[in-house]
Amino acid sequence: MAKIEAEVGKPQGGFMKWIDDRFPFTETMKYHITEYYASKNFNFWYVFGVLAMVVLVIQLFTGIFLTMNYKPAADEAFASVEYIMRDVQWGWLIRYMHSTGASFFFIVVYLHMFRAMLYGSYKKPRELIWIIGMLIFFVLMAEAFAGYLLPWGQMSYWGAQVIISLFGAIPGIGESIVELIRGDYSISDITLNRFFALHVIALPLALIGLVFVHIVALHEVGSNNPDGIEIKEHKGPDGVPLDGVAFHPYHTSKDMVAIIIFLMIFSFVLFFAPEMGGYFLEYANFEPANLKATPEHIAPVWYFTPFYAILRAVPDKLWGFILFGLSVVLPVFLPWLDRARVKSIRYRGWIYKSALSIFVVTFVALGWLGVQPAEGPYVLAARILSVIYFAFFLLMPYYTTIDKTKPVPDRVV
Amino acid sequence: MDKIKKIAAVVAIASSLAASPGFAAGGAELQKADIDPGQIPSLQRGARNFMNYCSGCHSAQYVRFNTIGNYLELSEEQLVDNLMFNAEKSFETIRAAMPADDAERWYGVAPPDLSLMARSKGADYIYTFLKSFYVQEDSPTGVDNIVMPATSMPHVLWGLQGYQKAVFSEHTEEDAQGNVSTTTHFEGFEEVSAGTLDAEDYDEFVRDTVNFLAYIAEPIRAERRKIGTWVIMYLLVFLIIAYMLKKQIWKDVH
Repeated sequence: MAKIEAEVGKPQGGFMKWIDDRFPFTETMKYHITEYYASKNFNFWYVFGVLAMVVLVIQLFTGIFLTMNYKPAADEAFASVEYIMRDVQWGWLIRYMHSTGASFFFIVVYLHMFRAMLYGSYKKPRELIWIIGMLIFFVLMAEAFAGYLLPWGQMSYWGAQVIISLFGAIPGIGESIVELIRGDYSISDITLNRFFALHVIALPLALIGLVFVHIVALHEVGSNNPDGIEIKEHKGPDGVPLDGVAFHPYHTSKDMVAIIIFLMIFSFVLFFAPEMGGYFLEYANFEPANLKATPEHIAPVWYFTPFYAILRAVPDKLWGFILFGLSVVLPVFLPWLDRARVKSIRYRGWIYKSALSIFVVTFVALGWLGVQPAEGPYVLAARILSVIYFAFFLLMPYYTTIDKTKPVPDRVV
Repeated sequence: MDKIKKIAAVVAIASSLAASPGFAAGGAELQKADIDPGQIPSLQRGARNFMNYCSGCHSAQYVRFNTIGNYLELSEEQLVDNLMFNAEKSFETIRAAMPADDAERWYGVAPPDLSLMARSKGADYIYTFLKSFYVQEDSPTGVDNIVMPATSMPHVLWGLQGYQKAVFSEHTEEDAQGNVSTTTHFEGFEEVSAGTLDAEDYDEFVRDTVNFLAYIAEPIRAERRKIGTWVIMYLLVFLIIAYMLKKQIWKDVH
């Protein structure tokens, strides 16, 4: 305060100083952008964080405009979506951006998580960033699930029916939980209304809050890099990490290239294949929800199918639900399951490299099995792959200990 | 880096394996509708067919006449004279002539709205469906359908196609335990009575109709593809500039 009063009457330093005396604007910009140093050797895998941010913005922006024309009522919802698609000026574009964005959100987030597994980004000192990231993933799943009910198509309705009824497997309180989620004895107008509230207010708020915390935590410890080396351990005389370059303009100019390439792929799907062969927009969802007729084949949207395949692989309903939950939650513990002394896959031995490769194949194959009918060889395959999925995590403390690692260089290469 | 590329390749192969969904049909293989959404005359004929043969029972409640008119290059007058049997204003949507309540009482289920049928079932499905009615004495409508067995839809186009009967072959199998099971297999159709169109013209008639149904399922389809090309071309130019900027900024980093 004294500082401000002393300067009254003699404007110095201009507008920015006026702001900075009252709000840490320049300081914040420096801390997070112009003087935030991240390793200069970021590769392809390092673009998915910023791309997730881009998709989040697309979803928030298009979501606002969809809300202006969408009607969250069982007898109006489906028609209002078609109204947006046909009669609202550019409504089709906004809607396709949102539906394409939902799938791309998961593509980008899965690749972002895979990056962390490649380069040990969850390891000390970044455990908390990883945990916050996993919370973002959980909220994102809830957000996508709630949003999927809103068009009130056949798959919206029956997909939600299947997933919500899973909670009924919990002994004793299961049925009460199911009723609590639905707010009714079956999925109805009431369910649609509360899912709308969750989808447009509660979950996006949580998402934005968590993303903010995720970035604050990241900027506190600094970004990892493909070598898994702490660049802050080698600083120049000016206190700047020798292997680091400022986020702006270096990483921003690089990210801009990635964002444009991403938008090209995004636009290609949006304008030429918005249904993406029935995976991004399922064909059955072009029929309005019909309580009397079940679709021939019910499967959740593709981004849930790896976990759904694990659920169906278990013969017992309760254990299926438990293992389903566990398969989603287990990655949270990666920072402690992974005992390797090195972070990056570049300096790990053949055991972890094989384990991670098998895991990727397993995850994709489970996703594929999740859209197939649960019969014959598919069930057997899903069971074997489920065991591999869990083995990857549960045996990790063992195989990362015995894995022969290579010496890590001091500086990034 | 090589390892990573290998992993990426595995992911790409595995995900391409997954990208082969198909529409399920009850027994019969679906025939390719082979429609051309760019053919305005075909769409015009399809609109005529739809209004004459379908709209008596089926609505297309999300589709406005003036939307069709704009795309099919029809004047307001042409719309009113040729298509709007049941509507006063060109901004109205296509309603069925038959009241839905009566329809449900008469047929057991109300005829579904056709606005999005081509998107939910696929053009091939509707094309094959409209060609797969066959004589079935026991059925209340006198016909059944290979693609959708026990359909309550009568063979509306019988005057054009005529009637056909389905030929089935039976296979009897005996397994190791001595259980005999019989499976029937659909072999093909045989003409019972001719319609006013020959087979080729009937296919063309159905193709035009399906083309129209595919158009009304997503009227914006052609425009979105046109805009998409421009968007991607714009991004390509932007990409070149952004890449040059990145090169310039990074040139002192080693």
